[in-house]
Amino acid sequence: MTATLTTPPATSSTIPLTHGRLPRWAPGLVAVVAIAAAGLFPLLLGWGVVPWVIVSVIFYIGGLTLWAAVVETRRSAVDRMVTSLVWTAFAIALVPLVSLLWTVISKGLPAINSTFLTYSAFRTSLDQPVGIYHAIMGTLVITFCAAVISVPIGIFAAIYLVEYGKGNRLARGITFLVDVMTGIPSIVAGLFAFSMFTLFFGAGYRSGIGGAVALSLLMIPIVVRSTEEMLRLVPDDLREAAYALGTPKWRTITKVVLRTSLGGIITGVTLATARIIGETAPLLLIAGLTTRTNMNPFDGFMTTLPVFIYSQFQKGTPADFDLAWGTALVLVVIVLLLNIAARVIGKIFAPKTGR
Amino acid sequence: MNRTSFRAALVPGAAALALSISLTACGASNESTESGSDAGSSTETGSLSGELNGAGSSAQEKAMEAWSTGFQGLNPDVTLNYNPLGSGDGRTQFIEGGTLFAGTDSYFSDDEGELSKANERCGSDVIEVPSYVSPIAVMFNLEGVDALNMDSDTIAKIFDQKITKWNDPAIADQNPDVELPDTDITTVHRQDDSGTTKNFTDYLGKASDSWSYEAEDAFPVKGGVAAEGTSGVVAAVTNGNGTIGYADESQVGDLSVVSVKVGDEYVAPSAESAAKVVAVSPAVEGRPEVDMAVDVDRTTEEAGSYPVILLSYLVACQTYPSADEADLVKGFLEYVVSDEGQQAAADNAGSAPLDADTASRAQGIVEAISAE
Amino acid sequence: MSTTSASSTRNTAPTQTGDRVFSGIARTAGLAIVVALAGVFVFLAIEGIPGFFQPEQFYKGAGSFWGYVDNLIFGTVLVATIALIVAVPLAFGIALVVSHYAPKWIAGPVAYVIDLLAAVPSVVFGLWGINLFAPKMVPLYDWLHEHLGFLPFFKGPVNPVGTTLLTTGLVLAIMVLPIITAISREVFTQTPVLHEEAALALGATRWEMIRLAVFPYARSGMVSAVMLGLGRALGETMAVAMVLSGGGGISFNLITNSNPTSIAANIASQYKENTPGTLHVLIATGLVLFLITFLVNFAARWIVARNERRMSR
Repeated sequence: MTATLTTPPATSSTIPLTHGRLPRWAPGLVAVVAIAAAGLFPLLLGWGVVPWVIVSVIFYIGGLTLWAAVVETRRSAVDRMVTSLVWTAFAIALVPLVSLLWTVISKGLPAINSTFLTYSAFRTSLDQPVGIYHAIMGTLVITFCAAVISVPIGIFAAIYLVEYGKGNRLARGITFLVDVMTGIPSIVAGLFAFSMFTLFFGAGYRSGIGGAVALSLLMIPIVVRSTEEMLRLVPDDLREAAYALGTPKWRTITKVVLRTSLGGIITGVTLATARIIGETAPLLLIAGLTTRTNMNPFDGFMTTLPVFIYSQFQKGTPADFDLAWGTALVLVVIVLLLNIAARVIGKIFAPKTGR
Repeated sequence: MNRTSFRAALVPGAAALALSISLTACGASNESTESGSDAGSSTETGSLSGELNGAGSSAQEKAMEAWSTGFQGLNPDVTLNYNPLGSGDGRTQFIEGGTLFAGTDSYFSDDEGELSKANERCGSDVIEVPSYVSPIAVMFNLEGVDALNMDSDTIAKIFDQKITKWNDPAIADQNPDVELPDTDITTVHRQDDSGTTKNFTDYLGKASDSWSYEAEDAFPVKGGVAAEGTSGVVAAVTNGNGTIGYADESQVGDLSVVSVKVGDEYVAPSAESAAKVVAVSPAVEGRPEVDMAVDVDRTTEEAGSYPVILLSYLVACQTYPSADEADLVKGFLEYVVSDEGQQAAADNAGSAPLDADTASRAQGIVEAISAE
Repeated sequence: MSTTSASSTRNTAPTQTGDRVFSGIARTAGLAIVVALAGVFVFLAIEGIPGFFQPEQFYKGAGSFWGYVDNLIFGTVLVATIALIVAVPLAFGIALVVSHYAPKWIAGPVAYVIDLLAAVPSVVFGLWGINLFAPKMVPLYDWLHEHLGFLPFFKGPVNPVGTTLLTTGLVLAIMVLPIITAISREVFTQTPVLHEEAALALGATRWEMIRLAVFPYARSGMVSAVMLGLGRALGETMAVAMVLSGGGGISFNLITNSNPTSIAANIASQYKENTPGTLHVLIATGLVLFLITFLVNFAARWIVARNERRMSR
């Protein structure tokens, strides 16, 4: 401030206190111009729609950035460029995502009716309808078991890593194993669970819980790592404030740290659940494939939705494919419902942050 | 919200939930009623009950759907579970005693001691009966061409990447009426190990002089497109132009198929033409009476037979520790090799019913299954 | 329940007990992970190590284990690299849009849709990839081959079905996108509002605010998100097996027929007809995959640690 005061008035008048700003309609104008300019290529060279869109986007980003650089400052030009790039990334990513979801919905919807949802695949004659009730129940039971195993272990292990371990040998060991396990192929987890359970309970032992154990091996690393990150984000100020009030450490963790990071932890858990709910290979091995409804996770074959999908694809006739797409849609809807439920729980328990 | 007390509340809650779920045992709408009503309508209701578990070949899965449904129709208190894990795992789980029967695309051999282990598991010679015969179609996707004739040499050279254009003289000579374009040939083969590949390469090796590879589960030639599973091969052939591949005939759909030269004529794949080959195939040497493993006669010149087939077996023991198990396996295998069972599979999976001689021999073998 | 526990914290002794119990539970959970995962590790070592020394016939003409596994390692790493190169910028872009750019009525639904995609089974990704996505890519590959064919990546000949390394990398990118997006989105929204407002008050543009306030705060979480995504890309089985046309050796040619396949996909493909000997070999390749995963994670942790020391926050 003092420097500006002592400088001669002549120079100070050359430094404007504000710089020019592009009008509000500038991005729209640039977009129209870019699309029109890029439109020359399809007209003159006979390109398709896709290259036209790509070139338009490039023109738009370049044009807007240049204009902002001329009228505004270099910094705001960068800002405008990044804004367009971020939105472009968003748009690019949405194309395959929407295409995939659209495929599942449009191919799956025709298969869905009340018989499909309430019947199992158990039939005594081939003209009876096939349902996926048994697979829906199997998925819910096995996923529930896997979550009951992995979520407490994963969250507490993350608490140990962040709050207690602080780089000691056990913490390093956990970190090492969790890192290694993030890339485990699901079938290998299945082989492990299969060998373990058949070793203990005999060669013919098949059960949902075996599948849940295999899935837990895939789920735990995701839960631990996402929870760990969320706990690390809780500012130390909050912990210190709680300690200063005389709160014991475990109360600080449960009341302050966990609640502050609850939203993130729930996202991690739902993500992990979504990841394992679509697994096929380990379940085929240890939980098997049956046509009847089985609610007991500790004994007997249990079919899940992905295994049912896989089996339908193996059979390979168009009718089987229709059932498979319908099943895939049901699976996605189940995950949607789980997600919504998790969000609601998160909303209820999370502290109000003012966002 | 107190974490530990929350958990303390959660755990019994969860347990109660699990308990209530298992107690209500809410079956699907069809399960409770269907068995009763169907038992009345069935002319000859079996007395069998319990669970019968098998695993193995995924090629048999569509047929197994028909068999399990039909068998459950005869014996409404039975649940038949078949895990389509693949023939390899089917054999392994059978040897380890995890399943009562297995489905396999290749018969037991002693290359890695599997046959001896299987005999050891059973305590006597293991039963192998052919259950599923299906033609393997060579299908292609070429604009403007609906059907082609080829001999085994041509097919071998195409899949060996020796013939690379559709208008190659070798193809053109056998199809004088077809106008072949100058398109590159893209071969599509199975990426995963499969009995289909083994049977297809076995055919190429035996029927043509231009194929120098062993019959194997994995496709031996590099180059060409590799695709996962039958549906993957069908998808790849459908999506390309100038593509050619091989797959179970029942899953080929709308694709054009090659008629294969047998003797002096060209034969299209069909259930009837496939069944003829099994009837003339010689048994594998040195096998006991209960082991019906055959080496498919790929070089047959019998009119109207189609030698590119997949032959899949069901495997079981002669004796089982308990009478229940023995009765279940016996009942099921009897049904599978019966006319009714074979016809059900033919209708549902497009397989070829076993010929009368083979079927009656198989019937004789499985009827002897008993408790120890 | 809160009243009883609140009263119990008044005096000191139960507090210490509570602390001891709580840290005991946490440590037990940690030990449980170590035991379980170490169990997997030991099991795989026992089953896998014989796979390094099987007779030659089990290595499919490669002669030795390393000859068999080297193109699988190459394929695994290459496909995962393509997936991450594509997915990471997109994922961070989406996460930023959801957390900082978009109005709430867009951000909420979009976050849901993307989380949903984590649940689509691999088989469905595979089917979508081979039936819809791969054929659509063929014109692009033709174009790349025609105009950029001098690069080793686009040497061709073009795969007429589109089941190439590049397609597989892109399908994997879509599969890992939800994981990276969801975690980085959470981390971005956790940035203290005070930091952001302070940056804006100093005259920073929105991008500068993100660069100066959000990214440093979120760095460790972003790395973790990428690592989890990478884990999925490395270990993905069915989608790679279904989409990628394998069987080739080491090559950077991204648009052709014969490609090096990945370890996980190879296990899935060969597993179906396994015999005891091949199973040992397959599990041994699984061990190799563990090693790769570990090395990558180790490198990432090392880089984060070094950066953090330099920033000494």
